Amino acid sequence: MATDPTAAIEAVFRIEFPRLVAGLARYVHDLGLAEESAQDALVDALRQWPQEGTPRNPGAWLMTVAKRKAIDRVRREVALEGKRSQISWALPPGDDPFPVEMAEDEIGDDRLRLIFVACHPVLPVPARVALTLRLLGGLTTAEIARAYLQQESTIAQRIVRAKKTIAQAGVPFEVPGGEDRAARLGSVLEVIYLIFNEGYSATAGEAWLRPDLCAEALRLGRLLAALAPDEPEVHGLLGLIEIQSSRLDARVGAGGRPVLLLDQDRRKWDRLLIHRGLSSLARAERVGAVPGPYALQAAIAACHARAARAEDTDWCELVARYDQLAVTTPSPIVELNRAVAVSMAAGPLVALQLVDQLRDTQTLDRYHLLHSVRADLLARLDRPAEAQAEFELAASLAGNEQERQLSKDRARATAQVAQRARQ
Amino acid sequence: MRFLGYTLGDESVPAPPPTPELMDKMGSFMEEATTAGVIVATGGIAPTAMGAKISLKDGEFTVVDGPFTEAKELVGGWALLECRDLDEAVEWSKRFVAVLGEGEVRVRPVFGPE
Repeated sequence: MATDPTAAIEAVFRIEFPRLVAGLARYVHDLGLAEESAQDALVDALRQWPQEGTPRNPGAWLMTVAKRKAIDRVRREVALEGKRSQISWALPPGDDPFPVEMAEDEIGDDRLRLIFVACHPVLPVPARVALTLRLLGGLTTAEIARAYLQQESTIAQRIVRAKKTIAQAGVPFEVPGGEDRAARLGSVLEVIYLIFNEGYSATAGEAWLRPDLCAEALRLGRLLAALAPDEPEVHGLLGLIEIQSSRLDARVGAGGRPVLLLDQDRRKWDRLLIHRGLSSLARAERVGAVPGPYALQAAIAACHARAARAEDTDWCELVARYDQLAVTTPSPIVELNRAVAVSMAAGPLVALQLVDQLRDTQTLDRYHLLHSVRADLLARLDRPAEAQAEFELAASLAGNEQERQLSKDRARATAQVAQRARQ
Repeated sequence: MRFLGYTLGDESVPAPPPTPELMDKMGSFMEEATTAGVIVATGGIAPTAMGAKISLKDGEFTVVDGPFTEAKELVGGWALLECRDLDEAVEWSKRFVAVLGEGEVRVRPVFGPE
């Protein structure tokens, strides 16, 4: 209901929350205090706005009240302890220690600082993800827990601990520069990509897709691209996730089963997101001298996006992109994906040789997709009995229920082919 | 969720051209909403006088030149928004119409991909 006043206030708060926390954190140097003060302001808004009317500039109202709440909290703490031991922030004299208007333009956007802090390498990766979704996505701990199929208390603890770690490590509230910047930016991009991926192919649970997580990742990616427009990999990542998001609707079939890229009904692809993704990719290529790993993955996604039908795909271009990616970021997963592209460009036999080399390294033994790729190649090579065994292995290793079922379905189908061949 | 937001108005009532101040404020608003990842596409719409109305009935096409303002029509512009829910889309629409000073904006969910 668009007319529910509480829902309306909460919507304002969700929109303003990252700005509030980011603006407060710059002054109080304490994420916990910033978040609690922002929350205090919401409580006041819920009480006052329905009676006194919504302020003309709700964001500014919330910021003013939240600043006051932060001061109150610090004062209470000081009074309780008789000292300022816990607060790494000296309260200046006067009623309003904050400048009346925060001159944002002079110092850039606080949200950019906040995202670098939330994704700081001092935190374990799951903590970075949770903190980013909480502070920059404005999701509640309950919402994050739901998205990750975790207990709410687990996520709440993770976030509390993360804020403590940041405070103890004395992480400065700033956008890193110099040599540190590339690694720190890498961490931010990784967090956004992980959020996206969990939405795009969930590692566990019943549902294969969690579109809400994809939407959060897109929002974060767009924010980052606007705040750090000179970073080619930011545009590369955004291009990648915009293009991949375009396929969300085509990616699940009957009963929630995954539909593989080449089997998708491309008329269901979202043209707007493809267009946006290709623009981001072009931007990445314009800003950057040499394409980074995200821009290359976006270029790979673009090869598919540009093909109206699966058979129109430029497989040679795709293999060339994977070759580049394998040089930039060598990894067994990249090799596996490259093998799939090779199978389309040069046939399944060459690809199987690549996959078998990869299998011999034993690095991907427990990775279900190694086995489903191998199974698929064997099936295409008319070796159904071996394909069936590989599909069954893939099914046993898949963490997600829908992926497990897809492999089981394919195992059954190849078993029938094998039986017919014997007759 | 995706939403289509658009302004409604009576074309026959002439609107004064936007002042530089309004253009500036609108520019800031658009930048803010785009930065937040909310506006994913936007466009302006020319008066109906420059368009046409096409209908098909009993196998016969009828094409009528504009203007064809019966009551209120889409005037000015439209935007595709990506928001978590209708409440957020309403809030962004409020901010938009607040920049205009007054007017009517409608916002409707767009079916399709998330």
